[in-house]
Amino acid sequence: MTEEKYIFQAATKKKLVIVGIVGILLFVAGIVLFPGAEHHGEEHALISVENTDLVASSDETPAATEGHDAHAEEAHHGSSTLVKNIYSNLWVNNVYFAGLAIIGLFFIAIQYAAQAGWSAGIKRVPLAMATWLPIAGVLMLVSWFVVGHDVFHWTHLDLFKEGSDTFDKIINAKKGMWYWPLTDNPSAIPVFFIGRMVLFFGVWYLFFVWIKKQMLAEDLNGGVVHWKKARTLSAVFLVFFGYSSSIAAWDWVMSIDTHWFSTMFGWYVFASWWVTGLSVIALIVVMLKEAGYMKIVNSNHIHDLGKFIFGFSIFWTYIWFSQFMLIYYANIPEETVYFIERLSSSNYVWIFFLNLILNFLLPFLLLMTRDAKRHMSMIKVVTPIIIVGHWFDFYLMVTPGVMQNKGGFGLMEIGMFLIFAVVFLFVTLSNLAKVPLIAKNHPMLEESLDHHI
Amino acid sequence: MEKGQNYLVGIFNDEDVLLKAVRQVREKGVKIFEVYTPFPVHGLEDELGYKKTRLPIAAFLFGLTGTILALTMQMWMLGVDWPMIIGGKDFVSLPPFIPVTFELTVLISAFGMVGTFMVVSDLKPYKDPNLFDKRSTDDKHVMAINLGNNSLASDDIKSILSDVGAEEVNETQR
Repeated sequence: MTEEKYIFQAATKKKLVIVGIVGILLFVAGIVLFPGAEHHGEEHALISVENTDLVASSDETPAATEGHDAHAEEAHHGSSTLVKNIYSNLWVNNVYFAGLAIIGLFFIAIQYAAQAGWSAGIKRVPLAMATWLPIAGVLMLVSWFVVGHDVFHWTHLDLFKEGSDTFDKIINAKKGMWYWPLTDNPSAIPVFFIGRMVLFFGVWYLFFVWIKKQMLAEDLNGGVVHWKKARTLSAVFLVFFGYSSSIAAWDWVMSIDTHWFSTMFGWYVFASWWVTGLSVIALIVVMLKEAGYMKIVNSNHIHDLGKFIFGFSIFWTYIWFSQFMLIYYANIPEETVYFIERLSSSNYVWIFFLNLILNFLLPFLLLMTRDAKRHMSMIKVVTPIIIVGHWFDFYLMVTPGVMQNKGGFGLMEIGMFLIFAVVFLFVTLSNLAKVPLIAKNHPMLEESLDHHI
Repeated sequence: MEKGQNYLVGIFNDEDVLLKAVRQVREKGVKIFEVYTPFPVHGLEDELGYKKTRLPIAAFLFGLTGTILALTMQMWMLGVDWPMIIGGKDFVSLPPFIPVTFELTVLISAFGMVGTFMVVSDLKPYKDPNLFDKRSTDDKHVMAINLGNNSLASDDIKSILSDVGAEEVNETQR
């Protein structure tokens, strides 16, 4: 019973490849059918009109207008709408899937730190998800250099040059965070920013390797010494993760809306990552169970995962609402611009409300009863809703800042998501097949077997 | 609980013995009135064949009551009875109502649940606890069987209880 190994069968691989090909076809179709690809000339006019609108609608204090006038973002925009669309799409998926990987490690770490017994039988699933970490790091780093100015407005050096036409007072005040050390060399990279990205992925990956080593050594040697070492590592990792996940959220997501800031944002991105990661873990566990694996997992464990998903869907909503209401009530133009961008464009307003329906209303109502959390069929309904819903959440964080009111949702977005999902699943499942599915010497396996709630 | 009924009371020392005993006694067709344990015994409610509690439904309805009450209260107060401009918002605007709505939902569903539970479980202040055996509050598990509900003779049930591991079997009336 405890000697179990997942076999990544050819049939599963074939299905994944087919989904991947569908993704590529949709992506290509999205590019070919991209609306208004020929109307490049009109773009300037359109955007500048939109910009005036924005300033007018949030123009309540002279200081804000000054900040927005100076910003003159559109003077810079280089690539065509299509390319920008692809870039922002790429960045959404980068952040989303990097989050799934880091949540895999985070899940394991909190299980160790809390000395939790119930999860002993399912820890190999998040462990496999975390193998995406180095790939996510490389992808993120490479894509950052690819998307560059088109996604990250603050990478323009002249914004920081006092006296230049495009000098931006607000962005200049943030130069220590974004552009340090500042040089006149136009091909210089923001060393501090890139350094943080490398540091975070590097340290996360190191902890992943260390914790994984202890988990696998435990399979061979038994005893509690590996569990204790893993717990210590996990505790240290959690402290680092607490800071790094927040800063990562500011760097990779919040800095896209360069003028805007929110003190809730670190939590907001974490909450979104966390509930998505939990849903992916639960979905993979349920799928494995239906395929005949993981016999030691029963409805009590599914119930715990369900409670996690239910609770953190509400947590995400709490964070979402806290951020929204403070901005709504304070009504400061620098802050409200974020929601005006998302609510005043017909491209985003439906996603804005869909986000709340998919990520709060449906999980809240569907997972409310005890039975719903215990039945695999309900978990199989709710987790895809959340997985898709939080993709829209990240879409809404990234795209309006990159595309202004011209971002759309279409075949290209679906295609890119499918491509990323297939590659992510390929990495996860092939790594899941490499190690025993059940940690047979886990000191708390017995507790997990007897788990009853 | 009706007065003047005869009960058989089996005393058990170990919860594993108790769990097995509950199953065996029910398999023999004896109806168990209630089992009292000094601490929660996992799986006991399944063995006793308890019906699923409907308390969550009550909780949901109480919560819904709280939500509706809170929203109508705020809309009436700030929209009809005493309109006030706060932060330049509309008189009736949803976002500032959410925190109060949330709090009242939680408050009313919590109070309602506790109240419902006390009524259903017949709990109230100054209630006579009506213990079959005082040791069920200390270190023994107590199984009570209402003889009036069972067709088997008292002596037969007594021997069944001893067979399944009861330390002692007493007969009481209450």
